[in-house]
Amino acid sequence: MSARAQILDGIRRSLHRGELGGAARQAAEQRLAAPPRGPSVARAQLPQPEKVALFCQWAEANNATVARVAAAEVPGEITGYLARNNLPAQAAMAPSPQLDGYDWASQKMLSLRRGRAEATDQVSITGAFAGIAETGTLVLTSGPDHPVSLNLLPDTHVVVLREADIVAGYEETWQRLRARYGKDVLPRTVNTITGPSRTGDIEQTIELGAHGPRRMHIVVVRE
Amino acid sequence: MQSTARAFKQNAHEALHDPNLQDSLAKLKVGFSERRRQAAERLPEFEALRDRARDIKNHTLENLDFYLEEFERKVLALGGHVHWAPTAEDARRIIADLCKSVGARTIAKSKSMVSEEIGLNDHLEALGIAPIETDLGEYIIQLRHEPPSHIIAPAVHLTKDQVADTFLEHHRELGFTRRLTERNDLVAEARQVLRQKFLDADVGLNGANFLVAETGSSMLVTNEGNADLSNTLPRMQIVLASIEKVIPTLEDAAVLLRVLARSATGQESSAYTTLNTGPKRAGDLDGPEQYHVVILDNGRSSVLGTRMQDMLRCIRCGACMNHCPVYGAIGGHAYGWVYPGPIGAVLTPQLIGVEEAGNLPNASTFCGHCESVCPVRIPLPRLMRHWREREFERHLTPRAARQGLALWSFVARRPKLYRRLSGFANKLLALFGRAEGRYRSLPLASGWTRFRDFPAPQPGGTFHAQWARQHSRVRP
Repeated sequence: MSARAQILDGIRRSLHRGELGGAARQAAEQRLAAPPRGPSVARAQLPQPEKVALFCQWAEANNATVARVAAAEVPGEITGYLARNNLPAQAAMAPSPQLDGYDWASQKMLSLRRGRAEATDQVSITGAFAGIAETGTLVLTSGPDHPVSLNLLPDTHVVVLREADIVAGYEETWQRLRARYGKDVLPRTVNTITGPSRTGDIEQTIELGAHGPRRMHIVVVRE
Repeated sequence: MQSTARAFKQNAHEALHDPNLQDSLAKLKVGFSERRRQAAERLPEFEALRDRARDIKNHTLENLDFYLEEFERKVLALGGHVHWAPTAEDARRIIADLCKSVGARTIAKSKSMVSEEIGLNDHLEALGIAPIETDLGEYIIQLRHEPPSHIIAPAVHLTKDQVADTFLEHHRELGFTRRLTERNDLVAEARQVLRQKFLDADVGLNGANFLVAETGSSMLVTNEGNADLSNTLPRMQIVLASIEKVIPTLEDAAVLLRVLARSATGQESSAYTTLNTGPKRAGDLDGPEQYHVVILDNGRSSVLGTRMQDMLRCIRCGACMNHCPVYGAIGGHAYGWVYPGPIGAVLTPQLIGVEEAGNLPNASTFCGHCESVCPVRIPLPRLMRHWREREFERHLTPRAARQGLALWSFVARRPKLYRRLSGFANKLLALFGRAEGRYRSLPLASGWTRFRDFPAPQPGGTFHAQWARQHSRVRP
């Protein structure tokens, strides 16, 4: 008997039945086809402007910094952020059409390389698929326009998030993912990230910058 | 991992007299427990979410074979691989073969309790493959050759100074010759040392908090970002997960995530929650070329359909141990195997046998705090009681305890005798004086009074005598 059959048969034997069938199977198939939601979290069920405010509040509570700007101000805000924090005016940027839409040429001092992160990169700039208001969490999806290493390797991660992409919770995020990628299909990696990397492994005291970025700056773009 | 659960009493005795350990454990109450309480209070829906989380896991366990097959189907459709491991030995062999297939010399590991359960690191090392733990806590204890003492905070038993000494000893050869005194400097040094390991590793190995059947994704919750580096940079990703980790849908994950982070560390959300689905896609600029999921049974399927099935709901948050007075007094190592605390006292006899681990379910006051904080409402005291019954049935209980219980049950089934004897004992105890309400020592009961006081009988006779009086007053 194969290892697979050994495990599955063992489960069925313990549950005193054969392969799942009948109404029970239909119920399970139905659950996969139309996933039922759990209790809704009231604090994020808000009109869009309040949702954006809630996102910013929780992101800051989780040690990210947030700037709210108009689209034309995005490149200037990022250059300013790097200067204010004594960081190099040099970054690896996701090769995404959304980011290419901003006027980077206006920033003469800012040097950008599009592609994945290298070990020596200190700053990365990426877009975001969504923001979750309930906890100030960013949703980042991998693809040719968004290498995952940009979310992880550099010390500083700058994320450009459109107000319209801020949703209430996980459930609204899954809905958007299905609309974008198809039901049952996810990109290779979906990172949901809440603030910079941290650890509490020494004496239960939180320290930032364990392995991922030490700083996270979120640029929320007004429409 | 070799169990020392048989030596629980000796382990506990040593733990109680270890000043560093006692310093570390003193922080548990003000750390994890207090933060969990605050996080639960901030979310009005928390209790409803716990009910839902319990129901999701129950539903999944009833249909476990179906959801595992669905999960497998989705993984295969995206070019990933699924390996089934009935035993720990099977899982070790599968993982070693995968590592050898790409000529791996080092693997970047992120914390996985299942890998501790199957003793993976020792096995790989014996084959000349170096597993490098990258979670900070796991890294510290790997350097010290210690097992984890907590399922989410493996180095919680250590003080900052002990970590500083360990780093100085092991990092000196890498050019770090200064003994550090600040936590943030220790974190920064580990980051620097481990960064190169991530870049050099051939394989990334991690566990899973959940496997999502709907999408064929493995879901991982961390704070450090180490797991994400380990599943993004190396060319092969291996996910090691036990059968009960599968859940039906992303909506179910949303519920479980909300109770997991709050129960574990009191965070609203962990810093990183990641879904990995298959290997890198066409056009992706990074990510692994191969994606393998190893699904481990190791005795779990035999728990289904029994009164013990509830233990398989566990989502490994650690809240039960954070709130346990016994864990709080002796820490995790005294439990002698991989899973400590109340859930360890329930899982360990199942996984390595009640003969070996019978001490653990006895190490409980049945105060019930663990059950009251469990995000999936596992009735831990009831499950521990079950093991005590099995132990008694199999004559594993010490003779003195068995004889005492036999005597008590003989008397308890004879009410007249019971009343006469308890009334006599009550009067006899009164002779020893009850001014303080308790006795520091009693003849024939030194086994009890050596470690704690014995309560003195209350004035007014035995419970039965008082009851009879009350009863006659209420209804004459």
